Amino acid sequence: MNLKRFNWEPYLLLLPSTLYLILFFAWPMFQAFKLAFQTDDGHLTLAYMQRMFNDVMFAKALRNTIMLIIAIVPIQFILALIMALLMMERLRGSDILVYIYSIPLAISDLAAGIIWFSIFTERGYLNSLLYGLGLLEKPFLFLNYQTNWPFVAIVLAEVWRATSIVFVILVAGLQSIPRDYTEAAQVFGANWFQRVWRVTLPLLRPSIQTALILRTILAVQVFAVVVAIAGRGMTVLAAEAYRWYSEYRSPHMAAAYAMFILVISLATAFVYLRALRVKEEMTL
Amino acid sequence: MTRRRIGRGLVYLLAIMIALWILIPIYLITITAFSPKDVIYSWPKSLFPRVISLETLLFFIKAQYVLDSLKNSVIVALLSLAISLVIGAPAGYGLARHTFPGKDVFRLMILSTRAFPIVILSIPLAVTFMQWGLYDSLISVAFLHVAMALPTTILVTSSVFMGVSKELEEAAQVFGCNRMQAFMRVALPLALPGLAASAIFTFVLSWNEVFAATILTLYNRTLPARLFIQLQASPLPFRFAGGFFILIPAITFMFFIRRYLFSLWGITLR
Repeated sequence: MNLKRFNWEPYLLLLPSTLYLILFFAWPMFQAFKLAFQTDDGHLTLAYMQRMFNDVMFAKALRNTIMLIIAIVPIQFILALIMALLMMERLRGSDILVYIYSIPLAISDLAAGIIWFSIFTERGYLNSLLYGLGLLEKPFLFLNYQTNWPFVAIVLAEVWRATSIVFVILVAGLQSIPRDYTEAAQVFGANWFQRVWRVTLPLLRPSIQTALILRTILAVQVFAVVVAIAGRGMTVLAAEAYRWYSEYRSPHMAAAYAMFILVISLATAFVYLRALRVKEEMTL
Repeated sequence: MTRRRIGRGLVYLLAIMIALWILIPIYLITITAFSPKDVIYSWPKSLFPRVISLETLLFFIKAQYVLDSLKNSVIVALLSLAISLVIGAPAGYGLARHTFPGKDVFRLMILSTRAFPIVILSIPLAVTFMQWGLYDSLISVAFLHVAMALPTTILVTSSVFMGVSKELEEAAQVFGCNRMQAFMRVALPLALPGLAASAIFTFVLSWNEVFAATILTLYNRTLPARLFIQLQASPLPFRFAGGFFILIPAITFMFFIRRYLFSLWGITLR
């Protein structure tokens, strides 16, 4: 590189996106902070936060969101890992399998919610199947909010829809691991399970980290799936933010919820980064 | 040997079962969307339809606001796609071609934007857009969708341009092209398929997005936003046809970008 003449080209090329992200990313983030902690006449306040924490719906929304994350993310991780390891088996027709496994990447949360609603609804396919198998006399009301079934339906819908992103990240990670490592382990007599546990998984750690962070952050803001399946029977944090903004017309309260969602997201990212710390000597 | 073959068979079985787990719900919503209304209300339902009809889908399309919101969705998605390419591709090119102080900071900044939820952008932007007089406009929704898609666009276009050899551009310059011409005539055509994939990614993201579109609009709803606000109050055929309707274009587009799956979604922190 020529140090005498400063090369402006890369900076000019990066300028539009930097400005765009400042205007439509950093600025709204700052605005959200102001909305959540400042009254309309400019005084700093914790009133919105207090009101949020004291709201009956807040505790329910927080509990439901956390329960969903606890139920969904581990299942997704294990399923995605199985799918990714299957891809490493060099199966015949694996091109088609990769495409099928990735289809849900393109499916919106709303569509996924509607699809699983059509399965679990009173006259839906699950009831029809159970009746066909002779297990039911008349339709069972799965989506009754007094039971745990809406929760189960939401977990299934989210596992169905959003496992693919974890799968794709893990496959991308697996492809970057040279085969020599597992082959060497095989030479030394390690069986399949030992190779996965001792060689592949440790080397896959950066991808696992990314996948878990991304997936958990997306799960914190779970929204349309819940509304499509459970309606008003079950609430989550993002749904409360939506309601405060659209129905109760309070941007301040909505922003308080948004800030809370942000804090949880960053906290989980931090926890994963600490828990799955990638040591220097382990990177390839 | 036979034990190995049995093991191999089980591996295939597992792979196919997972594929079915993904495909069966898509099959179910498809047969629902092509059933007449009375079948949708009937019980028990058959898993293999006897009648195929367009009644339900036509009912959805002819419902009030649906065609308008469909048009809105397409406009928003095209706007998002255009803005994010025009702004993001130069940055991608810059990252691919140059080493410069601050590059790593920029990359890290881009990657970390993925850790911030849409929910937190939508609410303050709705307030800001109201002040700017942009509230309830399609461009405001597109602006937000671009904010979500831009980081991926930058990283993907950067990997696309990295795949186009720098020497080709330099050769063009030797033969008398200037910097701009070398880019337009050599690098751009070669990068086109990758850029198209990135554009489709943005289109799908925008087409599917519900939360921001619902918060930022009041009358000019996109299709998912329209479907979402009417969901609880609408009859079952409307919901199912609507779900099918937003599902199909997304799946079709996926087919075209399947080669780029891993560079689009598989980006990790390194």
